[in-house]
Amino acid sequence: MEFERPLDELEDKLASLKHLDVSEQPDLAAEIAGLEAEIARLHETLYAELTPWERVQIARHPERPKTDDYLQALFTDVVEVHGDRLFGDDESVFAGFATLQGRKVAVLGHRKGKNTTENVRRNFGSPHPEGFRKAERLMHLADRFGMPIVSFLDTAGAYPGLDDEDRGQALAIADCLAALSSVRVPVVVVGIGEGGSGGALAIGFGDRLIMLENAYYSVISPEMCATILHKDARRASETSACLQLTADDLVRLGLADAVVAEPRGGAHRDPEMVFDGVRTALSAALESLSAVDRATLPDTRYERLRRIGEVAGG
Amino acid sequence: MRSARLSERPTPDDHETDSMPISDWFKAREQRNYTTPTEAATTSDLPDGVWVRCEGCKRTLYMGDLERELMVCPTCGRHHDLSAPERLAMLLDEGSFEEVDAHLRSVDPLQFTSGKVYSEQVAAAVQRTGLGEAIVTGRATIGGHRAIVGVMDFRFIGASMGSVVGEKVTRAFELALAERTPLVLVTASGGARMQEGMLSLMQMAKTAAAATRLAAAGVPYIVVLTNPTMGGVTASFATLGDVLIAEPGALIGFAGPRLVEQTIRKSLPKGFQSSEFLLEHGMIDMVVDRRELKDRVALLLSYLTAGDE
Ligand SMILES: [Zn+2]
Repeated sequence: MEFERPLDELEDKLASLKHLDVSEQPDLAAEIAGLEAEIARLHETLYAELTPWERVQIARHPERPKTDDYLQALFTDVVEVHGDRLFGDDESVFAGFATLQGRKVAVLGHRKGKNTTENVRRNFGSPHPEGFRKAERLMHLADRFGMPIVSFLDTAGAYPGLDDEDRGQALAIADCLAALSSVRVPVVVVGIGEGGSGGALAIGFGDRLIMLENAYYSVISPEMCATILHKDARRASETSACLQLTADDLVRLGLADAVVAEPRGGAHRDPEMVFDGVRTALSAALESLSAVDRATLPDTRYERLRRIGEVAGG
Repeated sequence: MRSARLSERPTPDDHETDSMPISDWFKAREQRNYTTPTEAATTSDLPDGVWVRCEGCKRTLYMGDLERELMVCPTCGRHHDLSAPERLAMLLDEGSFEEVDAHLRSVDPLQFTSGKVYSEQVAAAVQRTGLGEAIVTGRATIGGHRAIVGVMDFRFIGASMGSVVGEKVTRAFELALAERTPLVLVTASGGARMQEGMLSLMQMAKTAAAATRLAAAGVPYIVVLTNPTMGGVTASFATLGDVLIAEPGALIGFAGPRLVEQTIRKSLPKGFQSSEFLLEHGMIDMVVDRRELKDRVALLLSYLTAGDE
């Protein structure tokens, strides 16, 4: 990542020094020790106070754990369902059933790939209308058969393509919002990476919102915001601070309920730690919601939405 | 709640510090721009009754003729944008409008300062348009049918949806539900209001949830999509209506055309994201000429409320 470059340079230098033979160069040992100390110090400072823009970069890190990784690490007996029954199957959205510590749930998630081939098939995690319609189908199934919904957010946004407009991208998202607002089962959302605008929101609100420490959720991408305001995408660092898109911001705004800590430098540095944190937070959320009368959930969810927004003269 | 009527002529004493009576909004019309941007500076200074240039066919028209046609060009049929007060005047029965939630105003919850200062931008929009925010809502009748109505005004920060627009739309749904009266919303919007960040994005979920509750209660909801309706508004309450009407030639979609063009790296087909394009693709029910809109909405209201009789 861009902001890690000074650290990368030192680590490269250290690696090359370590290749040399210390017995022939007596100064080398001291130099290596010095470098190691400097790297340790940089580790402390670099990640101590991450800016929102740095967190956005961590959220987009290619090695960051993805929906598939959470499915594998947290759940058993995963069954995927496919297709929107209208046009096709969008691989950028996972929909299916899975078991979390004995609890049967319906799972949704944006699905980035772990390599280029997978990413092309999955459109880099940016859904087409078919993906949203598949998600909507799963919401209705979950509602009918009483399964809580767990949804993992990780998308740059709904895909802004020509065919997507042809096939009603906006309508597909709106239908998801309608379905998600009215399901009579608990809905727990986990922001694991990117939460890009309407494409994230379509499967991204419910009864609880859990955010990973470095995940973001935003009305618009910082780059697009910078392009609109300044005609300069390079001012994304500035706009990402203004947009208040970090996990902590969302807690402060009353939108997120829990933040799962990440290892220093991001979730990819120690995925197991993050899986444990998500498992704990998810289980707690599902447990607290399991006691609630299912029929009352849509009203409670509506009250939660109803409070969002700041107005004067009310 | 303060109410105002279209037919009332204001006296100077009627002015409130934070808003203008609806009837006074018409005075703001000289600030509107019916011309190409390059000519705006010269013509916008002129009073009504001037010659203006149609954006569609580039012909020069007498303003009086254009207004008689509800701002539809008699030559090429181009539907020019309407302000909210103009829209209310053409759609509702005269004197029937009773505004609600007129006092709701935007705040600057994020203290958003990148680019323009948001609070100043809102203040300027209030000043310029005479509106409190980008949507006006209230009770009215349309061809004798009672309705809750909401009309968006693109002049107000692109009629983007922040907390206040989301709140007023949600309250309109709730009012329609409480009074079991059909809801008619006329949309125009650039999408979510980014200066309110996630609070703005969440208005999509809030309004969609309110729309869903109205639908579940069996109260009709008609949407008139006008130029332009884009982004988060199209992707939430604006397309959840029982009947979706669009005005001819309106730009309606999710992603902006320039973004789509950049994404596919090809030029867009003619008419992409137009009302007619959406009709052809099965996304809306009908495209209706503005001069027939009121009658059509009234007729639809009579059908959708037929079960109540
Ligand atoms: Zn014309």
